[in-house]
This record gives sequence, C-alpha cells and structure tokens, in this order.
Amino acid sequence: MLVDGIHDLGGRQGFGEVSYSPAEPAFRRRWEAVARALLVVVAGTVKASGGEFRHSIERMEPGHYLTSSYYEHWLTAAATLAVEHGLVTRSELEARAGGRFPLSGPVLAPPVVEAGPDVDTPRFGAGDRVRVREWHPAGHTRCPGYVRGKNGTVVRVDGIHSVPDVEAHGPGRRREPTYSVRFDAADLWRDGQRGVWVHVDLWDSYLERS
Amino acid sequence: MSAGGHHPAPASPVEQRVAALEALLTERGLVPEGFIEEITRRYESEIGPMNGAKVVARAWVDPQYKQRLLADGTAAIAELGFGGPEGDHMVIVENTPGVHNVIVCTLCSCYPWPVLGLPPAWYKDPPYRARMVREPRTLLAEMGCPLPEDAEIRVWDSSAEVRYLVLPERPPGTEGITEAELAGLVTRDSMIGTARL
Repeated sequence: MLVDGIHDLGGRQGFGEVSYSPAEPAFRRRWEAVARALLVVVAGTVKASGGEFRHSIERMEPGHYLTSSYYEHWLTAAATLAVEHGLVTRSELEARAGGRFPLSGPVLAPPVVEAGPDVDTPRFGAGDRVRVREWHPAGHTRCPGYVRGKNGTVVRVDGIHSVPDVEAHGPGRRREPTYSVRFDAADLWRDGQRGVWVHVDLWDSYLERS
Repeated sequence: MSAGGHHPAPASPVEQRVAALEALLTERGLVPEGFIEEITRRYESEIGPMNGAKVVARAWVDPQYKQRLLADGTAAIAELGFGGPEGDHMVIVENTPGVHNVIVCTLCSCYPWPVLGLPPAWYKDPPYRARMVREPRTLLAEMGCPLPEDAEIRVWDSSAEVRYLVLPERPPGTEGITEAELAGLVTRDSMIGTARL
C-alpha cells in the first residue's frame, strides 16, 4: 500500500510541546553549516529542481526523518542525490564515515514522461469556491493531505509556477497558476473551533470547482 | 587543527558523515574554494530578522510605503535592498486589533530568508508544523501569545512559491521615536506571528 510521506505533518497529533527559543544562532554547530552548503553544491551540480530536492528529503525512512534534525535531513538529501546522480557511491561514503550512512529510500513514482501543456489562464478567481482533489500520489506533491477533499475559497491568485509533482520526476515541466485557498479550521478538523482560517497555497491541477 | 595540545571532542556520527561527503565532493573538485565559509558567513551576519524589522518599521512610519508593501511585497522589500532565494514572491499579511496572522510550513520549512534569515529549529520541527494548522489558538497561547477569544486567526501554510511576512501592529506609546528605534522593537517572532509586540 502506498502511503503519503512522513513529512506531511499538518494536523498530526501526539508531538507535544514546541521546544521554543526566542533566539538561536543560524547554525548551532559547524557541521550544520557544512551540510547546508553541501546540499547547495550537490543540487547545483546535478541540476536538481526544487521538487527533486524536496522529494529527496521526503523519501527518508520515517523513523529517521522524525528523529533527526533539519540539517541531518539536508545531509541525507545531499548524499542521496550525490549517489543517485553518480557523484559518489554509498560504499565510498560509508568507508570514509567509518560506519553506516543512511540514505533516503527509492523513488516510488514512475518517471513523468509527458508533462502536459502549461495552464496560462487561471481557472479560478478570488471568491470562487473550490474543492481540493482527493488523491494519494506515490511521488512528490505540494498538496498537503489535510486539505484533500475539503472545500475552500480562493483568496488570492498568484503567478504561474512549475508544478512540483512534474518537475520532481523527470526533465519535463508544466507551469500552472497557484492560488491561496482559505479553509475554515472547523471544517478541516470537525472540532467546532471558531474564527480560525487556514490558508494553503495550491497549484491549479490540485483543485476542482466546488 | 586545535593548537596548544587540546584534544578536540570526538566527532559524532553525523559529523563523520558530513566530513565524509565533504571530503569526497572536494576531491572531485565540486566544492569551490571558500564556498562553505562564504555561504555560512552570509547567513550568520548579513541575512536575518534585522532586515524584516527595517521593512516593518518603514511601513509603520510611511503610510505610502505600507500601501506598496501590502500591494506588492517583493517590490517594496526590494526598495530597502532585500531580496533573493526564498524571497521572490513575498506576501505581507497585516495584523489589526481583531485579526492575528501566523505563518507555518507543514510540508517542510519554507520561510522568507531575505527578511527573516534561516528559520529557527522549532519552526522546522514536527510539533509546530503539525499543530499550528490544527489548534493555533491553543498553540499560540502555549508559546506565550494568548489572543482574545473573539480575535480572528489567519494561518498561512507556505505550501507553494509565496513566502509570507507578518506585519505586526505598532506598539502603543511609540509615537515619538525614530524609525531606527522602531526597528529595534520588532522581533523575529512578531514577524512569524508567534508573538505580539
């Protein structure tokens, strides 16, 4: 069974308190800065799109994802992309590190062969009621699970942008308008809360007319 | 190398993995000389919430600038010299006495780098990402930002290309002070929306 990625955290329960601090350095340890820079190096070298980069983090083993810090995600993504694009091998990495070097899991979605035509004209305008398609893709998407199947109202039409679901899985590109869609939190969570609106930015093909 | 005979702390497993990848990429000629130091320096000293604070203070003292900022955030922020990756499509959301805005990225950690710098650890960790879209009133109170029962809350999940910045309300009693002094009052969290001023 295909399930949606562990990274899709909106609304999940049981995480407890936010370990909040009013200020912290940009990098707490030097390795964090190096990991961050190495991902920039690798993504630039292999010409990874934003979608491919994000998907390389989302493919981490769920237990590893939830128990490792943000910059360990970046390190794992950098190493995964470097191995997948033939810059280094996993055995070289493990030999140098002197131990196991966990990488992200394989891409489960088939390559996107035909990206389809661009959508140049927004189908919706501010004030339109829309419904988010309900589907569970095996690959990358920027449609959060918690709004799928839900009805909302378009509050803003933004520019035309490359669809992440396409660019993460091949060289083809399709561009579509994105919209900011407003959802009533009481409708998302069925808990009777009042006066809370959650806005999610969604690509055209994620939506249908309500 | 440490001087003076100190023994450096043994490298942790994650440090060993970072060092392994850095060494292999460097041997292949893929890491430009000084690149890591330069990118680190920029995020440690040039890019941070002090930039966003200048934008907010300008909007407080200049109504026409505020109008431009709300109409086209990217262009108005560029007037003050700020822009770049994760700041190409900026939308500014304004707090008013009855409306409180807060930003989150449930899918990863999208954040307006040019005006706020790199996101704090808690913004990227699961509890904030999971809870801010589900129970914002409870979570804001827990984080030290209780809101009146009748205040409307607008949560903005940065799930596509737009990055958000909250324009906090100008604190009362600040009529006589300069724009630079006002900027000094603006906190990172007031521009994320997890604090009021």
